[in-house]
Amino acid sequence: MKSVTKSIPLIVTLLACAFLLIPIIQSVLAGLTVNYFRGLSSGLTLKWVGQVWELYSGSIFLSIWLALACLVVTLILGVPAAYALARNPGRASRILEEFISLPLAIPGLALALALLQLYGTLQGFRTSWSFILVGHVLYTLPFMVRSVLSVLAAIDLKSLEEGAASLGAGPARRFFDIVVPNALPGILAGALTVVTLSIGEFNLTWMLHTPYLKTLPVGLADSYASMRLEVASAYTLVFFVMIVPLLIAMQWASARAQRIVQ
Amino acid sequence: MTLTLTNIAKTFPGGTKALLPTDLEISKGEIVSLLGPSGCGKSTLLRIIAGLETPDAGAKIVFDGEDVTHQSVETRKIGMVFQSYALFPNMSVRGNIGYGLKMQRLPRAEIDSRVNEVIALCRLDAYADRSITALSGGQRQRVALARAMAPRPRVLLLDEPLSALDAALRGQLRDELALLLRQFGITAIFVTHDQDEAMAIADRVAVMSQGEVAQIGTPEVLYRNPATGFVARFVGDAMPLEGRIEADRLHLRGGVLALPKPADGSEVLVRAEDIRIDPEGPVSARVETVTFLGTHYRIALGGLAEGPLFALHTGLSAPKPGEDVRLSIASEALLILPRGLAA
Amino acid sequence: MNQRHFILLCLLPLAIFTLAFLAIPLGRLILASGESDAGWGIYLQILQTPRYLSTLVQTVVVSLAVTVAALAISTTAGLFLVRNRFRGRNVLLSILTLPLAFPGVVVGFMIILLGGRQGLVNQILPGHWVFAYSIIGLFLGYLYFSIPRVLLTVMAAAEKIDPALEEAAQTLGAPPWRVIIDVLLPALSPALIAAGAIAFATAMGAFGTAFTLATDIDVLPMVIYTEFTLSANIAMASALSVVLGVVTWAMLLIARSFSGEAVAAGG
Repeated sequence: MKSVTKSIPLIVTLLACAFLLIPIIQSVLAGLTVNYFRGLSSGLTLKWVGQVWELYSGSIFLSIWLALACLVVTLILGVPAAYALARNPGRASRILEEFISLPLAIPGLALALALLQLYGTLQGFRTSWSFILVGHVLYTLPFMVRSVLSVLAAIDLKSLEEGAASLGAGPARRFFDIVVPNALPGILAGALTVVTLSIGEFNLTWMLHTPYLKTLPVGLADSYASMRLEVASAYTLVFFVMIVPLLIAMQWASARAQRIVQ
Repeated sequence: MTLTLTNIAKTFPGGTKALLPTDLEISKGEIVSLLGPSGCGKSTLLRIIAGLETPDAGAKIVFDGEDVTHQSVETRKIGMVFQSYALFPNMSVRGNIGYGLKMQRLPRAEIDSRVNEVIALCRLDAYADRSITALSGGQRQRVALARAMAPRPRVLLLDEPLSALDAALRGQLRDELALLLRQFGITAIFVTHDQDEAMAIADRVAVMSQGEVAQIGTPEVLYRNPATGFVARFVGDAMPLEGRIEADRLHLRGGVLALPKPADGSEVLVRAEDIRIDPEGPVSARVETVTFLGTHYRIALGGLAEGPLFALHTGLSAPKPGEDVRLSIASEALLILPRGLAA
Repeated sequence: MNQRHFILLCLLPLAIFTLAFLAIPLGRLILASGESDAGWGIYLQILQTPRYLSTLVQTVVVSLAVTVAALAISTTAGLFLVRNRFRGRNVLLSILTLPLAFPGVVVGFMIILLGGRQGLVNQILPGHWVFAYSIIGLFLGYLYFSIPRVLLTVMAAAEKIDPALEEAAQTLGAPPWRVIIDVLLPALSPALIAAGAIAFATAMGAFGTAFTLATDIDVLPMVIYTEFTLSANIAMASALSVVLGVVTWAMLLIARSFSGEAVAAGG
């Protein structure tokens, strides 16, 4: 009896791991084998990765550029706003936080439709990368605000600021000398989340992109639909190599910020 | 119930010895306290008795002649009060207290009557149908006790049951708990790091240090005849008199004290209440600080031994800081104990 | 400049951005849904048109099934990982949280690798085993990205449970299965409701996975996409988006209220 109750959870855990891991391994192998259908015996090659680089390096760089631009914008918009929300923890702040969190709840497709209907006719804006950037900021901003807000809510911000004010620091000085340094763990966790999510964002981007502006995930969808399995796998492999370190860093930073909150 | 523990030891994975082989016998209706600093092994011993930890091979736990060493927790019929109380937040006060009886599959009517009985005894009538979250700390403690007692366990185990309360409440509940345990007439083991708690509640106290029982006895015995320097320090805050011992003479910096017996190689300790300010006294010291504490003054004395010694002084006035005073200590108040490694 | 003005200034950039790119566009979307000949009756039309209604039902059914499966798997695995420390535990935990950052398209590709025409299952097993493009593929894809999300929520909640609660139930004579029913599941229930709502909402709105699998069954996001791009039926696409958005938003509101309560109860 005891061994059964103990072994079922283990088996479920291992099966779940296998379900998640096996296709990842498959895609890594498929991206590196000469002919996936014949298997590993056909030999290993970097040919497919090279082909991906030729075909899609533009989309990779566009994604990195968008992610960094998205980071800058969310920092400028999000950090001061989180501070303002932390200093005024009232009903209005709750409603505003809830409202900017809507993009977490509403599917990206619906948001993209909304943006397209309002701004789709502004040709200069519609066809520029900044249109995609708006979508990415919309989606990632709540993560930045919440991450910073949770750290600021956990420290006694008011006393710290009163202390600085009693020493003669004005509001702007206090923001940069007291608020930002104390919020750093939250800012770091938020920043890594923003970059990770921006690089992987598909639902909004697919609707907002133009044929000349393909991001990495858009390119992935393109390769899944039109390329041979080995190229699609190699491209997925490139994506993994980019996203997995970011994910690990993001989890580390979030755990670190979480410890402050508790 | 009589509880017999033989050769109980616990080595944690990684080799840390939390508990060295320990024997203990507790008679029916007796309340024994396991007293010691954190990490001394007292909680480990309690959890082994409960069945929540497995002792090293060779241990034997006997409840009234029945060997329960290999019985699992849920079949051991023990009652336990946890430090955090561990009350089930999804059940009412009544639900918590009746849970153990429900596990025994007693008929509904009997559960109700026994729950009511315990509720009355613990004076919880007014809160019986409240949610756990609506209770104060003291009320939670009583619910935890009632829940542990309702199934009529063979032995009641209490793990620091007062430490979650604030200081003012703790003293009051300590006496209340002592009274309730006596009313129940149950064999109980009570883990604490607080000597006042142990002395107020227990019939016998086992002082533990570094995984071992240093001494077990009634509070009076522990206080008056401590077996080791550790026990003397932990129970009643004895202070060492650092000096040179020659036969029955203790040479301190400020003078020579007569010892009741030759004590070469031993350690001499004294309690603050046994140091008297006495113009005729054999040793001199300098008053460093004086603190007025209402019933007495607490005086820090320097120049007598290594580091300051404290004396309790009663009277209408006290010497001033900086004054030189003479002291006497009755020779029977000096505790002469083997010099151990245990600090 | 005083404190009040400074705080307002801090909010200003966010307020402008949110107004321009969230509030007004969403308002426009809602208005657009009423601009067809049917007017606001378009929402009634969704329920009366078999194609839209069956899509809605199918989406809800798949999402519910995924929610239940993800809760069962992740709760079992999560509790196991919280209560056992062993060599390799961190590796298992990393594997189980890895898909967190995968976009829906990649998840779809993972399912194709498992159950597509050139998929693993079809290669290993004799006969024809292609399930990636059916409702099963969709279910597995949604399950793929739901497991990590639910797992993290469950584990965070399980770690906050006082281990003495389980021990207390044991000392009172409760066998292991009763400890799970009487102590663990009640203590976890706010987290389970929150995680379930998140899983459900995510599955309802998932577009990338369905898009990559190009399944033979219709789910709501795919129908919105085809209405908008192929049929140019802007009003219907908008109306369906509004319905989808309201449903997912309501689910997440439930999730937040429950996880909020859990936090408050935890101390």
